[in-house]
Amino acid sequence: MSVERLPGIYDCDIHPAVRSMADLEPWLERRWIEHFRTYGAIRNQHYMSGAAYHKSQPNASRRDAWPPEGGPQGSSLEFMRTQHLDQNGIGFGILNPLVSSQGVRNLEHSAALCRAINHWQAEQWVAGEPRLHASIVVPYEDPETSADEIRHWAGDRRFVQVLLLSRTSMPPGNKRYWPIYAAAAEAGLPVGIHAFGNSGWPVTSSGWPSFYMDEMVGHAQTSQSGLVSLVIEGVFERWPELKLVLIESGFTWAPSLLWRLDREFDILRSEVPHLKLKPSDYIRRNVWWTSQPMDEPENKRMLGDIFAWLGWDRIMFSSDYPHWDFDDPTRVIMFPATDEQRRQFFVDNARGVYGTR
Amino acid sequence: MRIDCDIHPGVSNTAALFPWLNDHWRELSVVRGIEDLASINYPDRSPLTVRSDWRVDKGRPGPDAATIGRQCLDPFGSDIGILNCLFGVQTLFADDLAYAYVRAVNDWLRAEFLDRDPRFRASIVISLENVEMAVDEIERCAADPRFVQILVLAGTAHPLGKRLYWPIYKAAVKHNLPIGIHAGSELRNPPTALGWPSYYLEDYVANAQGFQYQLTSLFTEGVFNRFPALKVVLLESGWTWLPPLLWRMAKYWAGLRFEIPWADRSPAEVVRDQVRFSLTPVDAPPDVDQLRRLFDHLGSDQLLLFSTDWPHAQFAGTDVFPPGVDPALQEAICAANPLATYPRLGGAR
Repeated sequence: MSVERLPGIYDCDIHPAVRSMADLEPWLERRWIEHFRTYGAIRNQHYMSGAAYHKSQPNASRRDAWPPEGGPQGSSLEFMRTQHLDQNGIGFGILNPLVSSQGVRNLEHSAALCRAINHWQAEQWVAGEPRLHASIVVPYEDPETSADEIRHWAGDRRFVQVLLLSRTSMPPGNKRYWPIYAAAAEAGLPVGIHAFGNSGWPVTSSGWPSFYMDEMVGHAQTSQSGLVSLVIEGVFERWPELKLVLIESGFTWAPSLLWRLDREFDILRSEVPHLKLKPSDYIRRNVWWTSQPMDEPENKRMLGDIFAWLGWDRIMFSSDYPHWDFDDPTRVIMFPATDEQRRQFFVDNARGVYGTR
Repeated sequence: MRIDCDIHPGVSNTAALFPWLNDHWRELSVVRGIEDLASINYPDRSPLTVRSDWRVDKGRPGPDAATIGRQCLDPFGSDIGILNCLFGVQTLFADDLAYAYVRAVNDWLRAEFLDRDPRFRASIVISLENVEMAVDEIERCAADPRFVQILVLAGTAHPLGKRLYWPIYKAAVKHNLPIGIHAGSELRNPPTALGWPSYYLEDYVANAQGFQYQLTSLFTEGVFNRFPALKVVLLESGWTWLPPLLWRMAKYWAGLRFEIPWADRSPAEVVRDQVRFSLTPVDAPPDVDQLRRLFDHLGSDQLLLFSTDWPHAQFAGTDVFPPGVDPALQEAICAANPLATYPRLGGAR
């Protein structure tokens, strides 16, 4: 079965952009509008605008994704419809806004920005486009306020997950973050953790590397550390129903990490008596991955091994539109796969994770 | 022929090194109560740090050549064993103090092991706190051919590819010494890029991620291009994570190589030419067919070097190899691969 004949692809990672931060002003108190104009949104990083590791191209986005009416890539709903949703047969798309908000050091400012971004998604994006679905952006360094934000939107079916970034200031399984998982579990919402963010720590466990390439490759390792923390600290023991989705951090690393975790757990289990299952059992029950950026072994069939080892039911298609390392759904599975496996990857897995609320 | 590439002798305490410290540092250690430098990388009583049948009633295993010869070389039929001392001298902050202890460890290795049993070889322990002093120590020890490698930890203050460290690589090439990067951290940074975890289990698992960041840095910074004769050996790193890392690096190398124009070989090619891995721990899949596929993913029979990681608990009995590794490959891992990696073992045959 060709991708074109699938009944509406699920794209688990689409990035809507603001034309400027002024787009959020309708939902911000005067105080925060003034604050932003004066001080900006200060995070644990170097520049007032732009990233510490300069992207490969403006806004890390495709050079063909500038909307004809102006504004940055990803800021036009109309152009996103024609260039992406229609063109690529997307039937269900999940918005993951990466607008400065999460990880802003002033926690009240962070909370105000997150609330505004959620309104902006609801009113400017999903209200006018039934194929799009929103993520609840939460100020995760203030877990109690994050839980309030989750409860605020939990009844709104247009929101399909809680969004965190991967670089939290402590490992994400740490008990300080548990109010977030409690609220997500109570609302029956998956928690999506998307690569990036500003933890305040160097982006590797050996300090700051030199290149954007180091940062991009390193998201895979940082995401591994996050997953290890969530498992070993007992988040999935405490909330057996919680669904975790790791977004844009790769997945081919997962089998090896599972083997390693199970091995070390076997040796060191006396340290973690709160875990009743072995780590891979939690992961196979509670965790899913999105596909972009799909790795590129010379022999693409090796990716088929990884899908088989991890399970075809765990990996969900994502495009990362409009970013530069976008994956095209017609060119993402370049190795033998059955119709059933393709359907799981493009549709069924995400429908199971997101579509059941 | 069998060469064990990762054995850990145990320094009992700082007093054990006093014979190789001068009066100043000895007195200072006593006056200040500097009694032990064992780091949290390997808590003494953790079941991983010492296998249960290698435990001793008092102190740390392996303070002497006879014990290691009896427990670690004889039972595995190893003809040569490379000693990688993990006493936490790399964590010292003050340049002079670190240098004094680094020298003492290397002199202790020479006197207590290399001079006592001809089967032993050792890695030169250095501190990266002061690169000039590190190079001096390499020069000092390199005169003795029984030092076969330079040892650093996987967790460092700055990524190991940074040019700051290149004088060390230059000295390594000059003296035919591979750079061995061993599990553990100087703890200049937390064990993860997300800060400090709660459990030792997380610290230990995090070594695998730490090695991946370092290998990426060595590649992006062009260390392998500037020093094409350099060999880098990842010790106690695990290696089943390697193929996926190389696929990811290949993807971004394709997309971002304008950032690193010197990188003229693919990540897989560089690793095949210049990077090796100690065998243990084997973070192996549960079934033999998966392991066989994994060796296909690795794409080379030359990457692995035999190791017991004594006295760490990485396997039971003498079954160092997991089931499913064919005998010819086992043989290469035991002899041909280490001999090709460590030029200074050449005279050992």
